[in-house]
Amino acid sequence: MTQHVVPRQVYYRVFAALLALTLLTVGAAHVDLGPLNIALALGIAICKALLVMLFFMHLRYSTHLTWIVAAAGVIWLGHLILFSMIDYLTRSWLAFSSW
Amino acid sequence: MSETRAAPAHQFDDFEQQYEAASLGMWAFLATEILFFGGLFLGYTVYRTLYPAAFTEGSHHLDIVLGSINTAVLIGSSLTMALAVHSAQVGRRQAIVGFLALTMLLGLVFLSIKTVEYGHKFDEALVPGAHFVYDGPFAPQVQLFFSFYFIMTGLHALHMVVGIGIMAVLAWLAWRGKFSPTYHTPVEISGLYWHFVDVVWIFLFPLLYLLGRH
Amino acid sequence: MNATATTPRVHYLNANYGIASWLLTTDHKRIALLYLATITLLFFIGGAAAVLIRLELITPAGDLVHSETYNRLFTLHGIIMIFFFLIPSIPTVLGNFLVPMMIGARDLAFPRLNLASWYLFTAGSVFALVVMVAGGVDTGWTFYTPYSTHYSNSHVVLTIVGIFINGFSSILTGINFIVTIHTMRAPGMTWFRLPLFIWAHYATSVIFILGTPVVAIALSLVAIERVFRVGIFDPALGGDPVLFQHLFWFYSHPAVYIMILPAMGVISEVITCFSRKRIFGYTAIALASISIAVIGFFVWGHHMVVSSQSVYASMVFSFMSMLVAIPSAVKVFNWTATLYKGSVAYQAPMLYAFGFIGLFTIGGLTGLFLASLAVDVHVHHTYFVIAHFHYIMVGGAVMAYLGGIHFWFPKITGRLYPEGWAKFAALVIFVGFNLTFFPQFLLGYLGMPRRYHFYPEEWQVLNVMSSAGASILGVGYVLPLIYLVWAMRYGAAAGPNPWRAAGLEWQTSSPPPTDNFERTPVVPEEAYAYGPKEEAEVV
Repeated sequence: MTQHVVPRQVYYRVFAALLALTLLTVGAAHVDLGPLNIALALGIAICKALLVMLFFMHLRYSTHLTWIVAAAGVIWLGHLILFSMIDYLTRSWLAFSSW
Repeated sequence: MSETRAAPAHQFDDFEQQYEAASLGMWAFLATEILFFGGLFLGYTVYRTLYPAAFTEGSHHLDIVLGSINTAVLIGSSLTMALAVHSAQVGRRQAIVGFLALTMLLGLVFLSIKTVEYGHKFDEALVPGAHFVYDGPFAPQVQLFFSFYFIMTGLHALHMVVGIGIMAVLAWLAWRGKFSPTYHTPVEISGLYWHFVDVVWIFLFPLLYLLGRH
Repeated sequence: MNATATTPRVHYLNANYGIASWLLTTDHKRIALLYLATITLLFFIGGAAAVLIRLELITPAGDLVHSETYNRLFTLHGIIMIFFFLIPSIPTVLGNFLVPMMIGARDLAFPRLNLASWYLFTAGSVFALVVMVAGGVDTGWTFYTPYSTHYSNSHVVLTIVGIFINGFSSILTGINFIVTIHTMRAPGMTWFRLPLFIWAHYATSVIFILGTPVVAIALSLVAIERVFRVGIFDPALGGDPVLFQHLFWFYSHPAVYIMILPAMGVISEVITCFSRKRIFGYTAIALASISIAVIGFFVWGHHMVVSSQSVYASMVFSFMSMLVAIPSAVKVFNWTATLYKGSVAYQAPMLYAFGFIGLFTIGGLTGLFLASLAVDVHVHHTYFVIAHFHYIMVGGAVMAYLGGIHFWFPKITGRLYPEGWAKFAALVIFVGFNLTFFPQFLLGYLGMPRRYHFYPEEWQVLNVMSSAGASILGVGYVLPLIYLVWAMRYGAAAGPNPWRAAGLEWQTSSPPPTDNFERTPVVPEEAYAYGPKEEAEVV
């Protein structure tokens, strides 16, 4: 079986990056950036998640099919949230402004 | 003492096919887990959008220091898990066991800190239900926040307990020499599960602990 | 029929003896039969609830059972029929048996997981049956909050546990099918040479994987709210009951495609064989299966039009609901085109296929009525909806299930069923079905609400027609139970391919050996490579 053996150096660097990003996100939370706070927090979380998935979970070295399965889960979650929010975000809109 | 698998399972033609199937199967299972936690993330998104002030209020009562330490601990456990898989790939039996044990240990540390946090919330009467007491603003919606806090972190903790159990079984199998560079699929796919649990926390942490800390 | 058809000496049914060899089997074919046994039992239990419902509705007064009991009856009927019969039926019985065979594999990718799926299914059903015996649950199969979380005095949590466990069974089956189809196809079996049955089960498995977990968390939250008295959906805390509905229907709408896609897969196989003609528009049907699975996830809000969902969201869901009808229509057109200039035979499986095409079309078109917001406001929660989904689920899915059972009966058992009785039963079912459910379209349009056991006098005639039809339908369902069981023991030997059908499963003996094939087959040609028109074979 010839699965790609990732050098341990890669793992250590990813670990360091993850810790650094954690510090960054905790620090950034203490600064008032208005609406940017949530975007930044999520952005950093996505970066961390990608690092774990690509390197620890070997997605970077996996088949396209594996990528698609992983992506499908994420995209479907996005769809669940997006389409549900279409309801919540438009409830306050008036159905008819005038008749 | 080294017992390696003589042949792949009878439905497979070779080890390559067996590994590909196992890996694909685990990723498909993780996709279901994304959607399972995902329902909670939807609920969180809805209520956070409707009650931003209340959620920020609730978030302030979470211990950011313990949360941050736990985040680092879990990331560390992902590292040790990756190193366990690496050890299996190069056939270092004792290293597999050692790294799996370290992963379990870090997992237990995480759960212990979580228990301490839950204890604090209990003492502060912030556990949702009949005994919830909060005399700050937006009390009902703060209770909603804490419902999500407990359910999301609780479900996550449950997954960790299962994961630690799996690690224990793997460590025992590794000790008995069941894995080799040719066959260590259970270690790889259990690793995938453990890393997934880490990814969930990577999102839980900012969404629950880091709201409006300024 | 081959006059010298014989049964092989050793095959999967007699390779091992004893109850342990069945309860601990990892052979996908035996597991399919384990499922067949439990699913058949549950079907008749769910049917018994329907019998009581239709008995009650013969008279306008609610005089057979109390209202509370009636609530438990329709809830039981819905939960058992949907979660414990329709969703598993074709995938776990026919899918488990045929998916490895149709792609030339020895078994599914994860045989032990397959057995675990059956045990999980059985465990879930035990919970459902225990609940039934203990007095039932009265929330409707939809578990809407706050009734399910606060006010119901029935066994909500226990039922949810049973459904949750059953959901795991679905997920594992879905994972097994997807991995098997991706990684274990025989040499030469490219994606576009796969039987359409496989495409259908692949699409179904995608829904199993992406949808089931969401209803699992939705129901878990109901159970948590009930047990721990935390108010996720409680308006007093700012919670939203409609959030439950979003989570519930995100799965439960695609669930109906779980129920129909495998049925469509069966129909594709049967139509092409009994027309002795390559199916019309293979690629379109294959891609339509995937489209239905995907688009089916974009329509769930059409169940929530009158639940205070935003009207703009309702418009989006309404539009998407119209779109999802298109791939289904493509399939109906293509099946019909397959018949054109085909050499059509009318054995029982084909009768079921004809029934499917007509009844599914009616059911599907009435779905479009419901997708129109203005119409839906009037017929929501009436018998129109009930008629709509029974046309699709019973007129469609159950007929396809029975058609498939008959079509592959020779392969599964090595014996032929009695064709005369099978044709008769198919006709009885068709007549009984239409008499039961067509009046319900009219009742719904006239305004009769669902889930009520009393109604105004002027609707009694239609209700009596419906109940009469139900009694005929019941007889129709019992008939196959009798003659198929008889045929398992006394039927004539079938031989490997009594239908002279195309497909790898027909290239091996009936019943097949445990490992399906003597040697791994190599696939040299397209699916359904029926030659020039041959004389129709009358068995």
